[in-house]
Amino acid sequence: MAAVAKSTDAQALDPEHDTFPKLVRLNARRLGNKVAIREKDFGIWQAYTWSQYFEQARLIALGLASLGFARGDRVAIVGDNRPQLYWAVMAAQALGGVPVPIYQDSIEKELEYIVDHAEVRFAVVEDQEQVDKLLSVRARCRHLQHVVYDDPRGMRTYSEPGLVSLAELCELGKKFEVGHPTHFDDEVARGAADDVAILCYTSGTTGAPKGAMLSHRNLIATARNAARCEGLDQDEEVLSYLPMAWVGDHIFSYAQAIIMGFAINCPESPVTVLSDLKEIAPTYFFGPPRIWESILTGVMIRVEDAARPKRAMVHFFLRLAQDIERKRLSRQAVPLWQRLLYLLGSILVYGPLKDNLGFSRVRRAYTAGEAIGPEIFLFFRGLGVNVKQLYGMTEASVFVTIQRDGDVRLDTVGTPITDVEIRISGEGEVLFRSPGVFQGYAKNPEATRQTLEDGWIRSGDAGFLDHDGHLKIIDRAKDVSRLADGTIFAPKFLENKLKFSPYVREAVCIGQGRPCVTAFINIDLAAVGNWAERRNIAYTSYADLAQKAEVYELIHREVERVNRSLAEDEVLRGAQVRRFLILHKELDPDDEEITRTRKVRRGYIAQKYAPLIEALYSGQDRVQVEAKVTYEDGRTGTMRADVSIRDVDVSSAQAAR
Amino acid sequence: MSHPAPAGPVLEVDGVSVRFGALIAVNRVSLSVGRGQIVAIIGPNGAGKTTLLNAVSGFYHPYEGRITFEGKDRTRLQPPDVAALGIARTFQNVALFKGMSVLDNIMTGRLLKMRGSFLLEALYWGPAKRQELEHRAFVERIIDFLEIQAIRKTPAGRLPYGLQKRVELARALAAEPKLLLLDEPMAGMNVEEKEDMCRFILDVNHEFGTTIALIEHDMGVVMDICDRVVVLDYGRKIADGPPAEVRKDQAVLDAYLGVAHE
Repeated sequence: MAAVAKSTDAQALDPEHDTFPKLVRLNARRLGNKVAIREKDFGIWQAYTWSQYFEQARLIALGLASLGFARGDRVAIVGDNRPQLYWAVMAAQALGGVPVPIYQDSIEKELEYIVDHAEVRFAVVEDQEQVDKLLSVRARCRHLQHVVYDDPRGMRTYSEPGLVSLAELCELGKKFEVGHPTHFDDEVARGAADDVAILCYTSGTTGAPKGAMLSHRNLIATARNAARCEGLDQDEEVLSYLPMAWVGDHIFSYAQAIIMGFAINCPESPVTVLSDLKEIAPTYFFGPPRIWESILTGVMIRVEDAARPKRAMVHFFLRLAQDIERKRLSRQAVPLWQRLLYLLGSILVYGPLKDNLGFSRVRRAYTAGEAIGPEIFLFFRGLGVNVKQLYGMTEASVFVTIQRDGDVRLDTVGTPITDVEIRISGEGEVLFRSPGVFQGYAKNPEATRQTLEDGWIRSGDAGFLDHDGHLKIIDRAKDVSRLADGTIFAPKFLENKLKFSPYVREAVCIGQGRPCVTAFINIDLAAVGNWAERRNIAYTSYADLAQKAEVYELIHREVERVNRSLAEDEVLRGAQVRRFLILHKELDPDDEEITRTRKVRRGYIAQKYAPLIEALYSGQDRVQVEAKVTYEDGRTGTMRADVSIRDVDVSSAQAAR
Repeated sequence: MSHPAPAGPVLEVDGVSVRFGALIAVNRVSLSVGRGQIVAIIGPNGAGKTTLLNAVSGFYHPYEGRITFEGKDRTRLQPPDVAALGIARTFQNVALFKGMSVLDNIMTGRLLKMRGSFLLEALYWGPAKRQELEHRAFVERIIDFLEIQAIRKTPAGRLPYGLQKRVELARALAAEPKLLLLDEPMAGMNVEEKEDMCRFILDVNHEFGTTIALIEHDMGVVMDICDRVVVLDYGRKIADGPPAEVRKDQAVLDAYLGVAHE
C-alpha cells in the first residue's frame, strides 16, 4: 500500500530566504507595519510589528554575540509563550546557534538532563522561577555559562556571575554593534537551509528524552506545504498557548507565522487562556483532544447551571446540530426541516456559544496527538467550528496527514499533505517519507537508526490506508498485544473509548498475557466534582472523591458503555474491561507516570503500581496503597490510601442490540 | 536580608496604651519600625496585637502614649487621614466588597489618590478620563505583580479564601503605602498558599521598598521573612529583636508554652 501526494514545486529554497532569520528580515521589509505578535500584558493586548520583531531579535542576537556566542552554540529557551522568547529563538538561529526549547514546568532533574545532553551554553528564560532552576542545574552542567532572564521581578538580590537581564543584554548588543556593525548581517548570511534550526526534545513514553534535530529546510518545506494545502493567508490570527517546547507550537507560532506573515497572540498567563481565546477569536487554532474536551466540559457544566427552559433549548439544538453533522460526515442528505431549524439554532444557540468560546472567526481548527471522542468532535463541528484531525510527529516537522475541507471523517486522520509518502510495513506499522523528515536524534545514532531507515520514518503506530487514501491509526504498534487466551488487546484504543466520557480524565488498561482486561481510571475532578455537588455528595479532595461509592457507580456505567460498544466489534469483542479501580491520585508528569504531552508511560506504571495490578487479578475488592508523590518544587512525600475494586459485566453482541 | 540602612524609623510607638473600660488591651508598648524593614508582631491569642495595629491605623485612639509616623506626631488622626499619610492595611477577617469585581475592589485602593469633580467623572471626560486610565494602569501593575490576572473580573465574594487575602493585599498596595500593616496575612491558608504569600510579601518589600509590619502566628513564616520580631503577651511587650534571638528568649517560650502568671 502506498499513497503519494504530488509535489507542486521543487525542494530548492532561494538562498536569500532559506532560513527563518532571513525570512523575518524579509517580513520586516515587506510587512514592516503589520502586527506580528501580541501579548496581553497589564490587561491590554500589546502589539509588535514585524519590523519590531526583527529589531528586537537582532538586538538579542547582538547581545548574545557580545557574550561570546559561537556558531553551533545551543540556547535553552524556557518559559511560557512570550514574544521575547520567540525573538530569542530567532536570535539564536541568526547567529548559527540552535535553540533548545524546554518544557517550562519541567522539574530540575528533567531540565538538567536536557541542558546537559544538549550541551547548552546559553539559556534565555522567562522569570525568577526558571532562573532558580537553571542556576541550580548549572553547578552540574559544565557547558551552561550564561542565563538571560526577561522578567526582573524578584531578581534584585541575585549576584551570580553570568546572569543578565534581557534589557541589559539588548544594551550590550547596542554597544557591541558599534564595534561590529556588520556582525549580525554577516552571521545571518552564513546561515544555510540545512543548518539545524531547532532541537526538540521529545518526552518519549520509554526511556530518556531524545533530541530531534530539524533543519530550516525541514521546517520551511513542511510548514509551507501544509499552509498551501490548507489555504492559510497572512491575515490569520493564532493563539500561542501550547508549550514552546512542543514542536507543534514551533510550527504554528513560529515557522508558519513567519512564512505566511500572520500574527500570533501570547496569553496573559497560563490560567487566562480561555478568556484570552475569547478576546482574540483566532482564525487558525490547534488543540489536542484534552483541550477540546475541557472546553466542552466547561460548556456542559455551565449549561447544567442554567434555568430549565434554557437548558432544554440548548440540549435540543445541540442534539440537532450533532445529528445533522453526523449525516453530513456520512454523506447523507439533510432534510429541509432540519436545515431550517439549524438556522434558528444558529441565532439562538450556536452563534452566541461560538462567540463566547472564541470560535466565531475560526476557519480551520485541528486536533491531533490522540484520538478524539466522536461526541466531542461532533459537538464542535455541529456548532460550525471547522475542527479537523491531523496526524503528525516531531520527527516529521509535524505534518503527515490532514483531513481536507469537505473530506472530514470521524475515524481517520486524513490524507497525506504535499510531498508526503506513506507506506504500511509488513507488520502493519505506518511508515512515511517527506521533506520534513528530521536530521536524526542529537548524540543518539542508535535511536536514529531505529527510527529512520533510508529516509523513511517508522512511526511506531499501527494503522492502515483505507480505499480513499485516508490514514487510519489503530494504536501504538508496540502496545498492541494479546491476552493469555490469544485475544487481541489494543490498550490505547480502549483507553480512548473510556476517556470519551467527560468523567474519565485518564485511563490505563492492562491485559498483556493476562486472562482478562482490567483498568485504572483517573476521574475528571471538575466534571465529577460538579456531578457530586449536584447530588449533595460532600468530598474534600481528589483522593476522597475518587473512592466514593457513588462515583464508582458512575464510572461503572461508563465502563459498561465501553463494553457495549466493544461488543459490536468483531475483533476486539474479547477484550472488554472486567475489573477496574479508580486511582487514589491523578497521574502526573512530575511523577513520570505520563509524559508532559500526557501520554501514558505503561512500563513505569506497571512497575510502580504492581501491587494494584496484582489486586485487580486476585479477586480482592479492596487494596491498600502507598504512593510516592513529587511536589512541584521537586520535594517528595508519600500518601496512603485504600482503593476499592469493582467487577464489570461483560456485554455480549446480542445485548448490545 | 540586605536592606538599605534605615534612615530613622518610619513608625515609632512610644508608651502606647489602649483600654476598653477597665480592660487594658495594650499596656505601655513601645516599638519602632525602621525604613524598609519587615517587622512581625507575634503573641498568644488576646495579647493585643490587632488592637495595637488598630491604634496605628487610627481605628482606636490610645489612652496614653504617642504614635509618630515619619517624624510627625499623629496619635489622634482618623483612619482616612492615616491612610492619606501612606499607611495601608489588610484585615484579619477579609473585608472586601463581595459583589464587586476584583479589579473594582483594587481600584478602591486608589480612591485617596483620585481627585476631580463628580460631573467629569460621570461623563468620563478630559482630566477625569486621563486620571482613570492612569489609575487603571497602576492597578494593572499590581494585578500582574500578584499574579491575579485570571480573576480580574470575578466578583470578590466568589473567590476562595486564599485569593481573597491576596486581593486584600492588592488593594492595600494600590494606595502606594509607605507602611503596610498586615493582620494575619496567612491565617487559614494551606502550605502552598502560604509560600506564595511569603514570596509576595518579600517581593513587595524588595521591589517597592515598602516597610511592612505584620501579625502572624506561623513561626516558620515569621522566622523566614522578618527582620525583627516584637512579642506581646497580655498587652505588654515581652521581647523585641532579630528572630533568632527572640526564638531563644525565655519570656517568649513561657508565654507560648504557658506558665502561671501571677
